[in-house]
Amino acid sequence: MTATATKVAVPPAAEPAVRQRRARRRGRIVALLFVFPALLLLGALVVYPVLFSVGRSLFDASGTRFVGGENYTEMFRDPATLKAVRNTAIWVVVAPALLTGLGLILAVLVEKVRWATAFKLLLFMPMAVSFLAAGIIFRLAYDEDPDKGVLNAAVVGVHDAFRGSSSYPTARARDGQGLSAGADGSYRTSTTVSPGDTVSLGLVGVAPKDLPEGARPARTAAAREAAPGELRGVVYLDFTRGGGGEPGRVDPEESGLPRMTVQAVRDGKTIASTTTAADGSFRFAGLADGTYTVALPGSNFAPPYDGVSWLGPALVTPAIIGAYLWIWTGFAMVLIGAGLSTLPRDTLEAARMDGANEWQVFRRITVPLLAPVLTVVFVTLVINVMKVFDLVYIIAPGPVQEDATVLATQMWLVSFGGGNNQGLGSALGVLLLLLVIPAMVFNVRRFRGSQR
Amino acid sequence: MNLGALRRGLGNSLVQAFLVVIGLIWLTPLAGLLLSSLRSAEDTARGGWWTTFTSPGQLSFDNYAALLENAGITKAFWNTVLISVPTTVLVVVIAALAGYAFAWLDFPGRDTLFLLVVALLVVPVQIGLLPVAKLFGQLGLFGTIPGVVLFHVSYGLPFAVFLLRNYFAEIPKEMLEAARMDGGTEWRIFTRLVLPVGRPAIASLAIFQFLWVWNDMLVALLFADSASQPLTVELQSQIRQFGSNIDVLAPGAFLSLIVPVVVFFAFQRHFVQGVMAGSVK
Repeated sequence: MTATATKVAVPPAAEPAVRQRRARRRGRIVALLFVFPALLLLGALVVYPVLFSVGRSLFDASGTRFVGGENYTEMFRDPATLKAVRNTAIWVVVAPALLTGLGLILAVLVEKVRWATAFKLLLFMPMAVSFLAAGIIFRLAYDEDPDKGVLNAAVVGVHDAFRGSSSYPTARARDGQGLSAGADGSYRTSTTVSPGDTVSLGLVGVAPKDLPEGARPARTAAAREAAPGELRGVVYLDFTRGGGGEPGRVDPEESGLPRMTVQAVRDGKTIASTTTAADGSFRFAGLADGTYTVALPGSNFAPPYDGVSWLGPALVTPAIIGAYLWIWTGFAMVLIGAGLSTLPRDTLEAARMDGANEWQVFRRITVPLLAPVLTVVFVTLVINVMKVFDLVYIIAPGPVQEDATVLATQMWLVSFGGGNNQGLGSALGVLLLLLVIPAMVFNVRRFRGSQR
Repeated sequence: MNLGALRRGLGNSLVQAFLVVIGLIWLTPLAGLLLSSLRSAEDTARGGWWTTFTSPGQLSFDNYAALLENAGITKAFWNTVLISVPTTVLVVVIAALAGYAFAWLDFPGRDTLFLLVVALLVVPVQIGLLPVAKLFGQLGLFGTIPGVVLFHVSYGLPFAVFLLRNYFAEIPKEMLEAARMDGGTEWRIFTRLVLPVGRPAIASLAIFQFLWVWNDMLVALLFADSASQPLTVELQSQIRQFGSNIDVLAPGAFLSLIVPVVVFFAFQRHFVQGVMAGSVK
């Protein structure tokens, strides 16, 4: 309407005005052609699905009955879904804070070495690796068998270095051969002995291949006489390969059991303790006269410590968060490092000149100045952590899946993985969306701010 | 040397030692995968991959040879290529067109629509799974490679448009006006001026998008059928028998990660920028 009026009112200017208007209209059509493919796909496959999911979440499993908010209350009633909500909360509380902290520490430290670039590359590289590959990598690393999983191999190694390993979990004494079993898994001599005696303690149940390396035959040591005031003996494997040995006697080929703890006990009190040599021999010197029993404490026979059940129900979520740290620490470090390089060097130097130590510089200057970068890193990680799916899906073994479940995996299970409840599934999807809405608002605000 | 310098030197060697330990911790899981991929399943059942340090005779390329003979794996590998390459091209083209229009062309509702794009940045793919699956079912796209590609393109677009629009908006106005004065059509300006100037941003975007899709499992898990499934889905289907399938899983995982890692080392700068910019998703 306005356009027509102008045209009539000012005839001389009509020609260029019309051309201009035509050009403008053509320009608009061209512009719309440019944005059309993007808007079509966004509209049909992103915006429409969001609206559809919101609507679908108000209907029951089959989609025929309107149930209002029931799916949303169900979410906090159904134990499996509640578990997912809780686990996602753990993820959000733990992972971003750990990552930001670790990233900050590494970003500050790496500046002090000359090979900083190589280090950053190494730590950033996992960002290129798929969650699936990372999942397989950590399924391997977390394997419970210390002979397969590197983590348990390390844990068991450290444990045995400090606590010592029992070498004979399978060993036992034959009945009626001079040793009686205690309730705590220990053995002691059935009869008492005195200094000057020599005892032979025969055990069975150790496969020849399980004998420690360097174990030597016990016969010579068993025949050695004890000096006065000395209690001697051997602990040996009372078994001759291929048969022919006599139970209760140290036969020529029978091996000593080295590194066995032996105690001299008197009136229920342990007076002395020693370990056997390569030929299984032991001796207690300087014992007061009297009667003793010789005991082999239960620690000799304890089942071997076989590490931590990383992927068991209790630890599976921390374990998966560990794998997540492996992937994302480089990201946090590089982003924080970029922020670090923009800090005013003069301020830091001035503080050092004034006698501030590195910790004070870090605590009072670096961290406060980096606060905006740290916030961005933290928020980014929170958004990503809330959507974690593949890693949980891959690392948690089948039976533990329900202990490790998070919102994204639960949404998958409920909708497609056998649950087939698309009402509840949609509600979980909407919940995920609601959780990232603060980030959405943050993005939009930040963008509008940058445009002014 | 005074005491302060000595203390600094000591502190620095502590820092070096700490970082070396961290570096080793980061390297170990990867070394574990690589060495495991070079051992037979029987050896893996017998002992850890670190036993190869003392008996390197266990190592062989047999698993990889078998992998090349494994029709399921090779097919899945090509499917991964057939999904990630077209997705990357489509995202870049569609987003560059839209990014230019949002930055420099005038059309009704431009600013509102762009704010919508910014808002869509963080929409989780999970919310699209069910509705799009229904839609694709009606269109006959469910279970096909084009279906997987279309889904990826759509969820890659908000970030791509956002990134390119902001980059294109930095092009000096005079440059564009001069080109318009010379009678260039918008299409000509777009192909001859905007795309070349925008190359760094486009490279970062392409690398980020390629990796995102190459590494995806969730989307393909739903939208691909057994004939169109990529490597990630093929491998995860064998996870259930983790122990007995390790001679396929370990080399398969290595095959799946070597492409992105090579891309990473070849395009470090663009890669880091792309991932940094893309992390807002």
